[in-house]
Amino acid sequence: MTERSEYKELSWQGLWKNNPGLVQLLGLCPLLAVTTTLTNAIGLGLATLLVLVCSNATVSAIRNWVPKEVRIPIFVLIIAAFVTCVQLLMNAYTFGLYQSLGIFLPLIVTNCAIIGRAEAYASKNPVKQATFDGLMMGLGFALVLMVLGAVREILGQGTLFDGADLLLGDWASVLRIEIFSFDSKFLLAILPPGAFIAMGFLIAGKNAIDAYIAKKQPKVETDKTIERVRVNFEG
Amino acid sequence: MKVAVQNNAKVLALFAIACTALVSVVNWLTKDTIIRQQQQQLLSTLYDVIPAERLNNDLYHDCQVIAGNDYLGGDDEQMAYIARMDNMPVAVAITSAAPDGYNGKIKLIVALNVDGSVSGVRVLKHQETPGLGDKIETRKNDWIYGFNGKTVEAENDLRWAVKKDGGMFDQFTGATITPRAVVKAVKNTALYFNKNKDSILSAQTSTCRDNND
Repeated sequence: MTERSEYKELSWQGLWKNNPGLVQLLGLCPLLAVTTTLTNAIGLGLATLLVLVCSNATVSAIRNWVPKEVRIPIFVLIIAAFVTCVQLLMNAYTFGLYQSLGIFLPLIVTNCAIIGRAEAYASKNPVKQATFDGLMMGLGFALVLMVLGAVREILGQGTLFDGADLLLGDWASVLRIEIFSFDSKFLLAILPPGAFIAMGFLIAGKNAIDAYIAKKQPKVETDKTIERVRVNFEG
Repeated sequence: MKVAVQNNAKVLALFAIACTALVSVVNWLTKDTIIRQQQQQLLSTLYDVIPAERLNNDLYHDCQVIAGNDYLGGDDEQMAYIARMDNMPVAVAITSAAPDGYNGKIKLIVALNVDGSVSGVRVLKHQETPGLGDKIETRKNDWIYGFNGKTVEAENDLRWAVKKDGGMFDQFTGATITPRAVVKAVKNTALYFNKNKDSILSAQTSTCRDNND
Protein backbone atom coordinates (compact mmCIF):
# COMPACT_ATOMS: atom_id res chain seq x y z
CA MET A 1 0.00 0.00 0.00
CA THR A 2 1.48 3.36 -0.98
CA GLU A 3 1.68 6.18 1.51
CA ARG A 4 -0.53 8.37 -0.63
CA SER A 5 -3.44 5.96 -0.71
CA GLU A 6 -3.07 5.55 3.03
CA TYR A 7 -3.54 9.28 3.60
CA LYS A 8 -6.45 9.24 1.18
CA GLU A 9 -8.05 6.43 3.11
CA LEU A 10 -7.47 8.23 6.42
CA SER A 11 -9.21 11.34 5.08
CA TRP A 12 -12.10 9.30 3.74
CA GLN A 13 -12.47 7.52 7.07
CA GLY A 14 -12.31 10.70 9.18
CA LEU A 15 -14.46 12.95 7.06
CA TRP A 16 -17.13 10.53 5.90
CA LYS A 17 -17.04 6.77 6.27
CA ASN A 18 -16.11 6.60 9.95
CA ASN A 19 -16.99 10.18 10.94
CA PRO A 20 -16.74 10.55 14.75
CA GLY A 21 -19.96 12.55 14.94
CA LEU A 22 -22.20 10.82 12.41
CA VAL A 23 -21.01 7.20 12.46
CA GLN A 24 -19.08 6.56 15.65
CA LEU A 25 -21.50 8.87 17.53
CA LEU A 26 -18.72 9.89 19.90
CA GLY A 27 -18.70 13.13 21.85
CA LEU A 28 -22.45 13.64 21.58
CA CYS A 29 -22.68 15.68 24.76
CA PRO A 30 -20.69 18.71 23.53
CA LEU A 31 -21.94 18.10 20.00
CA LEU A 32 -25.56 18.60 20.98
CA ALA A 33 -25.12 21.10 23.79
CA VAL A 34 -22.90 23.67 22.13
CA THR A 35 -24.32 23.81 18.62
CA THR A 36 -26.88 26.54 19.29
CA THR A 37 -24.96 28.93 17.05
CA LEU A 38 -22.44 28.52 14.26
CA THR A 39 -19.84 30.54 16.17
CA ASN A 40 -20.00 28.28 19.21
CA ALA A 41 -19.79 25.25 16.93
CA ILE A 42 -16.68 26.55 15.16
CA GLY A 43 -15.08 27.43 18.48
CA LEU A 44 -15.60 24.01 20.02
CA GLY A 45 -14.77 22.29 16.72
CA LEU A 46 -11.42 24.06 16.48
CA ALA A 47 -10.61 23.38 20.14
CA THR A 48 -11.42 19.68 19.72
CA LEU A 49 -9.45 19.53 16.47
CA LEU A 50 -6.39 21.05 18.12
CA VAL A 51 -6.55 18.69 21.09
CA LEU A 52 -7.07 15.69 18.83
CA VAL A 53 -4.08 16.49 16.60
CA CYS A 54 -1.78 17.19 19.58
CA SER A 55 -2.88 14.13 21.54
CA ASN A 56 -2.62 11.80 18.53
CA ALA A 57 0.87 13.07 17.73
CA THR A 58 2.05 12.74 21.33
CA VAL A 59 0.47 9.34 21.90
CA SER A 60 2.04 8.07 18.70
CA ALA A 61 5.44 9.53 19.55
CA ILE A 62 5.59 7.79 22.91
CA ARG A 63 3.92 4.55 21.85
CA ASN A 64 7.12 2.51 22.18
CA TRP A 65 7.93 3.65 25.73
CA VAL A 66 4.53 3.24 27.32
CA PRO A 67 3.88 -0.10 29.06
CA LYS A 68 0.53 -1.36 27.87
CA GLU A 69 -0.84 -1.85 31.41
CA VAL A 70 -0.74 1.87 32.17
CA ARG A 71 -1.39 3.24 28.69
CA ILE A 72 -4.93 4.43 29.33
CA PRO A 73 -4.10 6.62 32.37
CA ILE A 74 -1.19 8.06 30.42
CA PHE A 75 -3.42 8.85 27.43
CA VAL A 76 -5.90 10.53 29.76
CA LEU A 77 -3.10 12.56 31.35
CA ILE A 78 -1.88 13.73 27.96
CA ILE A 79 -5.37 14.63 26.74
CA ALA A 80 -6.21 16.43 29.98
CA ALA A 81 -2.99 18.42 29.79
CA PHE A 82 -3.70 19.53 26.22
CA VAL A 83 -7.29 20.42 27.02
CA THR A 84 -6.18 22.52 29.98
CA CYS A 85 -3.68 24.32 27.76
CA VAL A 86 -6.31 25.01 25.10
CA GLN A 87 -8.68 26.20 27.81
CA LEU A 88 -6.11 28.61 29.24
CA LEU A 89 -5.24 29.91 25.78
CA MET A 90 -8.89 30.48 24.89
CA ASN A 91 -9.49 32.15 28.22
CA ALA A 92 -6.63 34.51 27.46
CA TYR A 93 -7.22 35.24 23.78
CA THR A 94 -10.90 34.56 23.01
CA PHE A 95 -12.45 35.54 26.31
CA GLY A 96 -16.03 35.99 25.10
CA LEU A 97 -16.11 32.63 23.38
CA TYR A 98 -14.51 30.99 26.40
CA GLN A 99 -17.44 32.22 28.43
CA SER A 100 -20.09 31.11 25.98
CA LEU A 101 -18.59 27.61 25.64
CA GLY A 102 -18.48 27.37 29.41
CA ILE A 103 -18.24 23.90 30.88
CA PHE A 104 -18.01 22.19 27.48
CA LEU A 105 -14.43 23.28 26.96
CA PRO A 106 -12.99 21.30 29.92
CA LEU A 107 -15.40 18.51 28.98
CA ILE A 108 -13.38 17.89 25.80
CA VAL A 109 -11.30 15.64 28.08
CA THR A 110 -14.21 13.25 28.27
CA ASN A 111 -14.89 13.32 24.53
CA CYS A 112 -14.58 9.64 23.64
CA ALA A 113 -13.57 10.52 20.10
CA ILE A 114 -10.20 11.67 21.38
CA ILE A 115 -9.28 8.76 23.62
CA GLY A 116 -10.85 6.47 21.04
CA ARG A 117 -8.46 7.65 18.32
CA ALA A 118 -5.51 7.54 20.72
CA GLU A 119 -6.24 3.92 21.59
CA ALA A 120 -7.46 2.65 18.23
CA TYR A 121 -5.06 4.36 15.86
CA ALA A 122 -2.35 6.62 17.29
CA SER A 123 -0.95 4.06 19.72
CA LYS A 124 -0.25 1.65 16.85
CA ASN A 125 0.92 3.91 14.02
CA PRO A 126 3.78 6.28 13.19
CA VAL A 127 3.61 9.94 14.16
CA LYS A 128 2.93 11.31 10.70
CA GLN A 129 -0.04 9.09 9.99
CA ALA A 130 -1.38 9.50 13.54
CA THR A 131 -1.23 13.28 13.29
CA PHE A 132 -2.98 13.17 9.94
CA ASP A 133 -5.62 10.86 11.38
CA GLY A 134 -6.16 13.31 14.25
CA LEU A 135 -6.51 16.14 11.75
CA MET A 136 -9.07 14.30 9.62
CA MET A 137 -11.10 12.95 12.54
CA GLY A 138 -11.04 16.41 14.10
CA LEU A 139 -12.16 18.00 10.84
CA GLY A 140 -14.93 15.44 10.51
CA PHE A 141 -16.14 16.23 14.01
CA ALA A 142 -15.82 19.99 13.47
CA LEU A 143 -17.77 19.80 10.20
CA VAL A 144 -20.66 17.98 11.84
CA LEU A 145 -20.63 20.57 14.63
CA MET A 146 -20.71 23.38 12.10
CA VAL A 147 -23.51 21.95 10.00
CA LEU A 148 -25.57 21.33 13.10
CA GLY A 149 -24.74 24.78 14.48
CA ALA A 150 -25.66 26.49 11.21
CA VAL A 151 -28.96 24.60 10.86
CA ARG A 152 -29.98 25.29 14.43
CA GLU A 153 -28.98 28.94 14.27
CA ILE A 154 -30.92 29.54 11.05
CA LEU A 155 -34.01 27.74 12.31
CA GLY A 156 -33.77 29.08 15.84
CA GLN A 157 -32.97 32.73 15.37
CA GLY A 158 -32.78 33.30 11.61
CA THR A 159 -29.14 34.40 11.62
CA LEU A 160 -25.71 33.07 10.72
CA PHE A 161 -22.41 33.94 12.45
CA ASP A 162 -24.22 35.66 15.31
CA GLY A 163 -21.49 36.56 17.83
CA ALA A 164 -18.63 35.80 15.45
CA ASP A 165 -16.78 38.73 17.01
CA LEU A 166 -16.41 36.67 20.18
CA LEU A 167 -14.27 34.21 18.24
CA LEU A 168 -12.48 36.32 15.69
CA GLY A 169 -12.30 39.81 17.14
CA ASP A 170 -14.34 42.94 16.54
CA TRP A 171 -14.00 43.03 12.76
CA ALA A 172 -15.98 39.79 12.53
CA SER A 173 -19.26 41.35 13.63
CA VAL A 174 -19.78 42.26 9.96
CA LEU A 175 -20.01 38.54 9.17
CA ARG A 176 -23.35 38.34 10.91
CA ILE A 177 -26.07 37.57 8.38
CA GLU A 178 -29.70 38.13 9.17
CA ILE A 179 -31.50 35.62 6.97
CA PHE A 180 -34.95 36.33 8.20
CA SER A 181 -36.31 37.78 11.42
CA PHE A 182 -39.29 36.75 13.43
CA ASP A 183 -40.75 37.97 16.70
CA SER A 184 -40.78 34.74 18.63
CA LYS A 185 -37.97 32.35 17.98
CA PHE A 186 -38.40 28.75 16.92
CA LEU A 187 -37.51 27.50 20.38
CA LEU A 188 -37.35 23.82 19.55
CA ALA A 189 -34.31 24.35 17.35
CA ILE A 190 -32.39 26.03 20.14
CA LEU A 191 -33.31 23.65 22.95
CA PRO A 192 -31.70 20.20 23.36
CA PRO A 193 -34.57 18.19 21.78
CA GLY A 194 -34.08 20.18 18.58
CA ALA A 195 -30.42 19.18 18.62
CA PHE A 196 -31.33 15.49 18.78
CA ILE A 197 -33.86 15.84 15.98
CA ALA A 198 -31.46 17.75 13.73
CA MET A 199 -28.74 15.21 14.49
CA GLY A 200 -31.13 12.42 13.54
CA PHE A 201 -31.82 14.07 10.18
CA LEU A 202 -28.10 14.51 9.58
CA ILE A 203 -27.39 10.83 10.20
CA ALA A 204 -30.37 9.82 8.08
CA GLY A 205 -29.11 12.10 5.32
CA LYS A 206 -25.67 10.51 5.42
CA ASN A 207 -27.15 7.02 5.31
CA ALA A 208 -29.40 7.99 2.42
CA ILE A 209 -26.41 9.25 0.43
CA ASP A 210 -24.47 6.07 1.25
CA ALA A 211 -27.42 3.93 0.15
CA TYR A 212 -27.76 5.92 -3.06
CA ILE A 213 -24.09 5.44 -3.86
CA ALA A 214 -24.26 1.75 -3.01
CA LYS A 215 -27.22 1.34 -5.36
CA LYS A 216 -25.30 2.93 -8.19
CA GLN A 217 -22.15 0.99 -7.48
CA PRO A 218 -22.99 -2.59 -8.75
CA LYS A 219 -23.22 -1.39 -12.37
CA VAL A 220 -19.49 -0.67 -12.46
CA GLU A 221 -18.62 -3.52 -10.13
CA THR A 222 -17.15 -5.72 -12.87
CA ASP A 223 -14.17 -3.61 -13.71
CA LYS A 224 -13.67 -2.38 -10.16
CA THR A 225 -13.47 -5.66 -8.30
CA ILE A 226 -9.72 -5.80 -8.20
CA GLU A 227 -9.47 -2.33 -6.77
CA ARG A 228 -12.07 -3.04 -4.11
CA VAL A 229 -9.99 -5.85 -2.69
CA ARG A 230 -7.11 -3.48 -2.28
CA VAL A 231 -9.11 -0.79 -0.56
CA ASN A 232 -10.73 -3.09 1.96
CA PHE A 233 -8.23 -2.93 4.75
CA GLU A 234 -9.68 -0.81 7.52
CA GLY A 235 -9.80 -2.31 10.99
CA MET B 1 6.01 -8.76 38.96
CA LYS B 2 7.30 -6.26 41.49
CA VAL B 3 9.71 -4.85 38.96
CA ALA B 4 6.91 -4.42 36.43
CA VAL B 5 4.78 -2.55 38.96
CA GLN B 6 7.69 -0.31 39.89
CA ASN B 7 8.45 0.33 36.29
CA ASN B 8 4.85 1.24 35.48
CA ALA B 9 4.68 3.53 38.48
CA LYS B 10 7.84 5.29 37.36
CA VAL B 11 6.56 5.81 33.81
CA LEU B 12 3.24 7.07 35.10
CA ALA B 13 4.97 9.47 37.51
CA LEU B 14 7.20 10.75 34.73
CA PHE B 15 4.23 11.49 32.51
CA ALA B 16 2.37 13.16 35.37
CA ILE B 17 5.38 15.42 35.96
CA ALA B 18 5.76 16.21 32.25
CA CYS B 19 2.06 17.03 31.82
CA THR B 20 2.00 19.17 34.96
CA ALA B 21 5.06 21.02 33.73
CA LEU B 22 3.40 21.71 30.38
CA VAL B 23 0.23 23.02 32.03
CA SER B 24 2.27 25.16 34.43
CA VAL B 25 4.20 26.75 31.60
CA VAL B 26 1.03 27.59 29.65
CA ASN B 27 -0.60 28.86 32.82
CA TRP B 28 2.40 31.06 33.54
CA LEU B 29 2.36 32.42 30.00
CA THR B 30 -1.35 33.21 29.92
CA LYS B 31 -1.92 34.26 33.54
CA ASP B 32 -1.47 37.98 33.03
CA THR B 33 -3.53 38.10 29.85
CA ILE B 34 -6.40 36.28 31.56
CA ILE B 35 -6.42 38.68 34.50
CA ARG B 36 -6.29 41.61 32.11
CA GLN B 37 -9.18 40.19 30.09
CA GLN B 38 -11.30 39.75 33.21
CA GLN B 39 -10.54 43.29 34.37
CA GLN B 40 -11.33 44.69 30.95
CA GLN B 41 -14.59 42.78 30.81
CA LEU B 42 -15.64 44.08 34.22
CA LEU B 43 -14.48 47.60 33.46
CA SER B 44 -16.39 47.75 30.20
CA THR B 45 -19.51 46.59 32.04
CA LEU B 46 -18.89 49.19 34.73
CA TYR B 47 -18.53 51.95 32.15
CA ASP B 48 -21.72 50.66 30.54
CA VAL B 49 -23.71 51.34 33.68
CA ILE B 50 -21.82 54.44 34.80
CA PRO B 51 -20.70 56.51 31.79
CA ALA B 52 -16.95 57.15 31.88
CA GLU B 53 -17.32 60.91 31.58
CA ARG B 54 -19.09 61.09 34.93
CA LEU B 55 -16.06 59.93 36.90
CA ASN B 56 -12.34 60.42 37.09
CA ASN B 57 -11.21 57.95 39.72
CA ASP B 58 -9.76 54.47 39.31
CA LEU B 59 -13.15 52.78 39.38
CA TYR B 60 -11.83 49.23 39.31
CA HIS B 61 -9.69 49.70 42.41
CA ASP B 62 -12.16 51.81 44.40
CA CYS B 63 -14.08 48.86 45.62
CA GLN B 64 -15.79 47.60 48.77
CA VAL B 65 -16.66 44.04 49.73
CA ILE B 66 -20.20 43.68 50.98
CA ALA B 67 -21.03 40.67 53.10
CA GLY B 68 -23.85 38.58 51.68
CA ASN B 69 -27.35 39.52 52.80
CA ASP B 70 -30.94 38.98 51.75
CA TYR B 71 -31.16 42.26 49.86
CA LEU B 72 -28.34 41.21 47.56
CA GLY B 73 -29.55 37.73 46.80
CA GLY B 74 -28.12 35.50 49.50
CA ASP B 75 -24.91 34.57 51.25
CA ASP B 76 -22.46 35.31 48.45
CA GLU B 77 -20.09 38.22 48.95
CA GLN B 78 -20.85 41.14 46.66
CA MET B 79 -18.77 44.05 45.42
CA ALA B 80 -19.47 47.76 45.31
CA TYR B 81 -17.47 49.91 42.89
CA ILE B 82 -17.58 53.57 43.76
CA ALA B 83 -17.41 56.17 41.00
CA ARG B 84 -16.10 59.55 42.10
CA MET B 85 -15.61 62.85 40.33
CA ASP B 86 -12.85 64.86 42.03
CA ASN B 87 -13.29 62.70 45.13
CA MET B 88 -17.03 63.38 45.34
CA PRO B 89 -19.00 60.14 44.97
CA VAL B 90 -21.37 60.22 41.99
CA ALA B 91 -22.56 56.65 41.71
CA VAL B 92 -22.01 53.14 43.00
CA ALA B 93 -22.12 49.90 41.02
CA ILE B 94 -23.15 46.99 43.23
CA THR B 95 -23.03 43.37 42.12
CA SER B 96 -26.13 41.51 43.15
CA ALA B 97 -28.07 38.36 42.42
CA ALA B 98 -31.68 37.44 41.76
CA PRO B 99 -32.07 34.19 43.69
CA ASP B 100 -35.41 33.27 42.10
CA GLY B 101 -34.56 33.07 38.38
CA TYR B 102 -36.27 30.41 36.28
CA ASN B 103 -33.09 28.37 36.19
CA GLY B 104 -30.85 29.33 39.09
CA LYS B 105 -29.41 32.63 40.21
CA ILE B 106 -29.21 35.58 37.85
CA LYS B 107 -26.11 37.64 38.59
CA LEU B 108 -26.49 41.36 38.06
CA ILE B 109 -24.62 44.57 38.42
CA VAL B 110 -26.76 47.53 39.47
CA ALA B 111 -25.41 51.05 39.30
CA LEU B 112 -27.12 53.61 41.49
CA ASN B 113 -26.59 57.35 41.49
CA VAL B 114 -25.98 58.96 44.86
CA ASP B 115 -29.53 60.37 44.79
CA GLY B 116 -30.84 56.78 44.74
CA SER B 117 -31.96 56.62 41.09
CA VAL B 118 -30.81 53.76 38.88
CA SER B 119 -27.95 54.62 36.53
CA GLY B 120 -27.94 51.28 34.74
CA VAL B 121 -28.38 47.53 35.16
CA ARG B 122 -26.62 44.68 33.37
CA VAL B 123 -26.86 40.92 33.66
CA LEU B 124 -23.46 39.39 34.37
CA LYS B 125 -24.42 35.72 34.28
CA HIS B 126 -27.61 33.73 33.88
CA GLN B 127 -28.99 30.39 32.73
CA GLU B 128 -32.46 31.48 31.65
CA THR B 129 -34.22 29.77 28.75
CA PRO B 130 -32.70 30.82 25.41
CA GLY B 131 -35.23 32.72 23.33
CA LEU B 132 -37.51 33.49 26.26
CA GLY B 133 -35.80 34.53 29.48
CA ASP B 134 -32.56 35.62 27.86
CA LYS B 135 -34.13 38.87 26.69
CA ILE B 136 -32.61 40.34 29.85
CA GLU B 137 -29.32 40.46 27.90
CA THR B 138 -28.60 43.70 26.08
CA ARG B 139 -27.64 41.88 22.90
CA LYS B 140 -31.06 40.24 22.71
CA ASN B 141 -33.40 42.97 23.86
CA ASP B 142 -33.55 46.54 25.17
CA TRP B 143 -35.61 45.58 28.18
CA ILE B 144 -32.91 46.08 30.81
CA TYR B 145 -32.52 49.76 29.83
CA GLY B 146 -36.01 50.27 31.24
CA PHE B 147 -34.53 50.58 34.72
CA ASN B 148 -32.46 53.66 33.83
CA GLY B 149 -33.48 56.70 35.83
CA LYS B 150 -36.08 54.91 37.96
CA THR B 151 -36.07 55.38 41.71
CA VAL B 152 -37.31 53.13 44.48
CA GLU B 153 -39.36 55.29 46.82
CA ALA B 154 -40.04 52.83 49.61
CA GLU B 155 -39.97 49.19 50.59
CA ASN B 156 -43.58 48.77 49.46
CA ASP B 157 -43.21 50.69 46.21
CA LEU B 158 -45.87 49.02 44.08
CA ARG B 159 -44.56 50.36 40.78
CA TRP B 160 -41.52 48.10 41.13
CA ALA B 161 -43.12 45.01 39.64
CA VAL B 162 -43.89 43.65 36.17
CA LYS B 163 -47.02 44.99 34.48
CA LYS B 164 -48.82 41.71 35.04
CA ASP B 165 -48.47 42.34 38.78
CA GLY B 166 -49.52 45.97 38.46
CA GLY B 167 -46.06 47.47 38.17
CA MET B 168 -44.29 49.56 35.56
CA PHE B 169 -41.97 47.03 33.91
CA ASP B 170 -42.81 44.90 30.88
CA GLN B 171 -42.74 41.15 31.10
CA PHE B 172 -41.80 38.96 28.12
CA THR B 173 -44.30 36.86 26.24
CA GLY B 174 -43.98 33.40 27.68
CA ALA B 175 -41.58 34.36 30.41
CA THR B 176 -42.74 36.26 33.47
CA ILE B 177 -40.58 34.60 36.08
CA THR B 178 -37.29 35.97 34.76
CA PRO B 179 -38.25 39.68 34.58
CA ARG B 180 -40.09 39.38 37.89
CA ALA B 181 -36.90 38.06 39.51
CA VAL B 182 -34.75 40.77 37.96
CA VAL B 183 -37.13 43.59 38.92
CA LYS B 184 -37.22 42.33 42.50
CA ALA B 185 -33.43 42.02 42.68
CA VAL B 186 -32.87 45.53 41.32
CA LYS B 187 -35.42 46.91 43.74
CA ASN B 188 -33.76 45.14 46.68
CA THR B 189 -30.33 46.34 45.64
CA ALA B 190 -31.60 49.91 45.45
CA LEU B 191 -33.20 49.53 48.88
CA TYR B 192 -29.94 48.17 50.27
CA PHE B 193 -28.08 51.12 48.83
CA ASN B 194 -30.54 53.63 50.29
CA LYS B 195 -30.11 52.09 53.73
CA ASN B 196 -26.32 51.72 53.66
CA LYS B 197 -25.38 54.67 51.49
CA ASP B 198 -23.26 56.37 54.13
CA SER B 199 -21.20 53.38 55.10
CA ILE B 200 -20.49 52.44 51.48
CA LEU B 201 -19.56 55.94 50.37
CA SER B 202 -17.58 57.02 53.42
CA ALA B 203 -15.12 54.12 53.26
CA GLN B 204 -11.82 55.44 52.04
CA THR B 205 -9.70 52.35 51.54
CA SER B 206 -10.55 49.62 49.11
CA THR B 207 -11.35 46.30 50.72
CA CYS B 208 -11.31 44.09 47.63
CA ARG B 209 -8.41 41.67 47.93
CA ASP B 210 -8.19 40.54 44.31
CA ASN B 211 -8.03 44.05 42.98
CA ASN B 212 -5.01 45.15 44.95
CA ASP B 213 -2.51 43.58 42.64
